[in-house]
Amino acid sequence: MDILTAIAVMALGALLLGAALGCAAVRFRVEGNPVTDKVNAILPQTQCGQCGFPGCRPYAEAVAKGEAEINLCPPGGEEGMRKLAELLGRDCVPLAETVKRAPKREIAIIDENRCIGCTLCIQACPVDAIVGAARQMHTVVEALCTGCELCRPPCPVECIEFRPLPETPETWRWPEVGFWKKEDVKPEMAAA
Amino acid sequence: MMRTLFSFPGGVKPDPNKEASARAFIASAPLPERLVLPLKQSAGVAPLPCVRVGERVKKGQIIAVAEAWISVSLHAPTSGKVTDIGAHPLAHPSGLPAPAIVIEADGEDAWRERQPLDWQGLAPREVQCYLQQSGVVGLGGAVFPSHAKLGGDTPTEELIINGAECEPYITCDDRLMRERADEIISGVALLRDLTGARQCLIAVENNKPEAIRALRGAIGKHREDFVVVTLPARYPAGSLRQLIYALTGKHAPVNVLPAALGVQCFNVATVHSIWRAVAHGEPVVRRVVTVSGNVRAPKNWEAPIGMSMNALLQLSEPLDDTDGLIVGGPMMGLSLPLTNAPITKGSNCLIARSPRLFPPRPPESPCIRCTACAQACPQGLQPFELYWWSRARNFDRAAEHALAECIECGCCAYVCPAAIPLVHYFRFAKGELAAAARERQMADGARDRFEFRQFRAEREKAEKQAKTAAAKQAAVMSAAAAPSEKPAPTPPSEP
Amino acid sequence: MISSYLFLLIGAVLVNNVVLVQILGLCPFMGVSRKLETAYGMSAATAFVLTLATGASFLIDHYLLMPAGLEYLRTISFIVTIAAIVQLTEMVVAKTSPLLQQVLGIYLPLITTNCAVLGVPLINISHRNGFVESLLFGAGSAIGFSLVLVLFAGIRERVDAADVPRPFRGAAIAMITAGLMSLAFMGFAGLDR
Repeated sequence: MDILTAIAVMALGALLLGAALGCAAVRFRVEGNPVTDKVNAILPQTQCGQCGFPGCRPYAEAVAKGEAEINLCPPGGEEGMRKLAELLGRDCVPLAETVKRAPKREIAIIDENRCIGCTLCIQACPVDAIVGAARQMHTVVEALCTGCELCRPPCPVECIEFRPLPETPETWRWPEVGFWKKEDVKPEMAAA
Repeated sequence: MMRTLFSFPGGVKPDPNKEASARAFIASAPLPERLVLPLKQSAGVAPLPCVRVGERVKKGQIIAVAEAWISVSLHAPTSGKVTDIGAHPLAHPSGLPAPAIVIEADGEDAWRERQPLDWQGLAPREVQCYLQQSGVVGLGGAVFPSHAKLGGDTPTEELIINGAECEPYITCDDRLMRERADEIISGVALLRDLTGARQCLIAVENNKPEAIRALRGAIGKHREDFVVVTLPARYPAGSLRQLIYALTGKHAPVNVLPAALGVQCFNVATVHSIWRAVAHGEPVVRRVVTVSGNVRAPKNWEAPIGMSMNALLQLSEPLDDTDGLIVGGPMMGLSLPLTNAPITKGSNCLIARSPRLFPPRPPESPCIRCTACAQACPQGLQPFELYWWSRARNFDRAAEHALAECIECGCCAYVCPAAIPLVHYFRFAKGELAAAARERQMADGARDRFEFRQFRAEREKAEKQAKTAAAKQAAVMSAAAAPSEKPAPTPPSEP
Repeated sequence: MISSYLFLLIGAVLVNNVVLVQILGLCPFMGVSRKLETAYGMSAATAFVLTLATGASFLIDHYLLMPAGLEYLRTISFIVTIAAIVQLTEMVVAKTSPLLQQVLGIYLPLITTNCAVLGVPLINISHRNGFVESLLFGAGSAIGFSLVLVLFAGIRERVDAADVPRPFRGAAIAMITAGLMSLAFMGFAGLDR
């Protein structure tokens, strides 16, 4: 008898709670994954595909779902990885081997003497930063180039090279000062 | 008339060191042979050069023309020949070169035709454009284009003329007020008419009694109702926001222009240059520069824009142990090695540096949060918090502690017993924040273009498909109409 | 009457602080205190669950288990109730702040097994608290948990920016900080007597 009461009580409780949760699940349904947008906002939007995903948004989706590591973005570098870790509450991880690269932003420069006007690089550029027409010389709009290097392989005459943007008094930043610098601290500190 | 002044928080009282250079009359610097004119001499956008190398120019001729609203034109400071347009070193902490126009003087110093502006018959907008084409910027150091300040939507209540000159050593505004009070008052009257201000206040620190006397005399002569307000000497009383607060009690946050509060503020030297431009047709080609510090003859020089700093310093006979320059005052100025960088519209003072006058800062020691900096901060910030987060590179936290409100006046670093170069930390953090914002903006643009490109690709694909389908249908139709002909080749199917 | 309730509340918040004095609910305390924003979210979620769980478990205990003589089912039925409330909370959080859900990660469902959430109802029963007292004790514990978590997160954020000797960086200095905070909260002992 006692055991029957116990079973009845637990079953009743389970039924009630189940019904409440079921109602709540319908009431608070979420469409899509809104974290993707926040992740995408951190990614540098070079659309270079070096992470193994076709563009920044697919990578953002994978990160938001937890399917991809946060250390796969070369243009974002250490800084981008740290921001992702902070946003998602994940641990900092060292950059993947495939990712290590000079952190300085470089932009494409077309050698106008050698360019034959084949438009292949225009088709390759994911951010529409190259202007030109068939059999006309092409040029890179400096301010729009993200330095993804996707235009380098298709060029049949190898006339595209990558150079860092020269620093001007406008883009110059004050250097870090002080007897105590931070760089030897950050990654493992966040591992707690 | 007594006026109640509001007292801004904090501030410091450094040794003024002004007597030496304030004694002598403003002297005219001899014309140098070569003048280097950096294009970007104002806040905003650099003007575009409109002369060619080898072209002869007259004094006052426009050599680079403003193409944006927050920008002013640049003029030849003397007659001569343009010998180069290219990158030249600048008085900038980076030491990086910037585009400049070089003029070889011909020694004649011949003006282009000068005509006073009949401003009373003109719309305010036309006067603004005239000031822009005359290259008038704030000569107090911020070099904000003056014309862009005028003509806001808010009616101006108070017109404040800033003659406080609170930084140690600098006396160029002091001398200007003493010697050219007449022209300054005429300029104030002009600005009063342009802005429609109800009240004109000329603020001068109480350590410049001669300037105050000269201004009051000139006001009496012009029969104007301007008020010369005597401020207690305390650095940074001449800083825009502190001055506005002291005189009106209005608080202007960094992202709010004073004009939106009904206040317009101009430096006395700016007012003088506006008057010269309007009444004499002279664009800004010269400015008064204080040369002081480790020199035998500290003095104010009226020097052409573009003159080498070192050449100007030599006029005041620097002592042998001079090992560098401070451009601007010792609180906010820029410490440079002896340089041939040119005088620009913003250079108000050159101080010859020597280890005796400016001993090296003792090594930085840890912050113990004594809050001396917070008590000295005229913006009411907590520099020790800003320092903590800036040092840890946690710039977002620093921004939450109102890093943007910091005016880099240097009071905190001045009082810091641990000798921490606080302002440097703040500049570093601000630079990083600005760079991050720039990158964010670039990334947003790249994303928009990428998404549009994808949309375009989709659209083209859809159009192609529609076209193929239409061609297919047309082929079927024609085949049905003329069965004797052989069937049209079927278009390749889309994958 | 009022003053005894007040003592109960203050006692639960400060004197018998659920984390630092009773040493309950340490895993979210150490786990989600790395950032202040996360700590706010976690403390709000836990406080909500804790208060609700105390009330619900009192009702279940008094009107279901005790009349039927089923006191031995307390633990399991409380756990089931708490699990349901946590699920509800998670749905609300997912709807209102997906980012917070992502950041809280595993710690959000883990509120289910948070010893503070189960411990407070059980303490209530062992103290024979009435319904209002149970709720007050639950709310006090929730406030105490939130207070301590947010304080700790604030301290950790500052410590993150500080010049910590290398061997102490990370979890070590966090433990030391928690210990010092616990010592500080011992200072409240005797406040309610």
